[in-house]
Amino acid sequence: MTDHDNAYAELLGSDDSQWAFGHDFEDPLAGVDTSVPAGLDGGELAQECLRLGDDALVLSHRLSEWCSNAPDLELDIALANIALDLLGQARLLLARAAAADSSVVPGLPEGSPVPVEDALAYFRDAAAYRSTRLVELDNGDFAQTVARLLLFSTARLAAFERLESHPDPVLAAIAAKGLKELTYHRDFAARWFVTLAGGTDESRRRLEQGLGVVWPYREAVEPVFGEVLAIAGVAEPEGDRSVSSGHTEALSRMLAEMQVVARAHPMGLW
Amino acid sequence: MLTLEDLGVLRDVRASGNQVVVTITPTYSGCPAMATMRDDLVHRLSDAGYTARVEVALSPPWSSDWITDRGRQALRDHGLSAPGPAPSHGGPIPLTLMPTARAVSCPRCGSMRTELTSEYGATACRALYRCADCLEPFEHVKEI
Repeated sequence: MTDHDNAYAELLGSDDSQWAFGHDFEDPLAGVDTSVPAGLDGGELAQECLRLGDDALVLSHRLSEWCSNAPDLELDIALANIALDLLGQARLLLARAAAADSSVVPGLPEGSPVPVEDALAYFRDAAAYRSTRLVELDNGDFAQTVARLLLFSTARLAAFERLESHPDPVLAAIAAKGLKELTYHRDFAARWFVTLAGGTDESRRRLEQGLGVVWPYREAVEPVFGEVLAIAGVAEPEGDRSVSSGHTEALSRMLAEMQVVARAHPMGLW
Repeated sequence: MLTLEDLGVLRDVRASGNQVVVTITPTYSGCPAMATMRDDLVHRLSDAGYTARVEVALSPPWSSDWITDRGRQALRDHGLSAPGPAPSHGGPIPLTLMPTARAVSCPRCGSMRTELTSEYGATACRALYRCADCLEPFEHVKEI
């Protein structure tokens, strides 16, 4: 019987695998042993994974805001690719956090098909996010985006190098994989940092300004960051780290946009 | 074109009767093809009479070194440049400010006079190059 009301009914037949990205959520940790190793506290492990995962998720979303808006096509693609790498890291880390401590996952209505990683991403309020303020800042212009990305990726790369030997094999595996991608991100940011610094008066001014905006939100600054500053001939900005705690309003605005559709349909099948 | 085995994505297959467990590994953390690969595996094995479950292995992390010789040839046959040896690191990974040094030959005309357009291409795993001789753009599967 032809369903004349549904233009798609005839297209599918019974073969669900025709959908390009599958038709079901796929667990990024399917079959992985996610038991918490002896001697580790599941709650603390989950918080550590949420900090790393939320940083990646928030910056991924920020970078994706450049899609169709970047200075040129190659940069548009590059920023989208970096965002995609970080999104993948976020999915793995959020899934690992939920497996280590299921109490971090927000409750959803009975029968909701939302997987734990999506529940964490879309149904937590800003206050429950464990991301740093560096990643939640607005992108600003391309120069500010580069400055923030360089600060972030040098710090994250160093963190992932340390995490390769973490006692949790899942976190260690995520770190070993992620650090190869972060190397490309860091090098991309560093090259553009040096290029903008040595470009025109305008590009240099914007770079120094952008660096000044993100500088108070730095965490630990790696030596390689200082090396890039030296090569670029850019002085380290003045000023201490911002002492405020809690998230900025920027994160709430970002999450409002990011979460609105999922929250409108907690029982939705996508 | 390329099989999952050629890509080094297929890590293990364990069959018991008509039940199969297949283990795959993502190339990049955000590889969007994982769902499609999973569905293709389940679909093909189902056609062949098996009930399949797909699992993920994260360790050791995928390397472009795992692409087989057959896979590299298939890439070239389809106009893509195959990756060279992946960087190995013990200790801190040094920063490179110059474009990644690669010896890349044009998949169309074979010229070694190739130029990097962007480290990032249409998918997470590819960089954009152009040939200074035949002037055609092409993609290079990155070393990782």
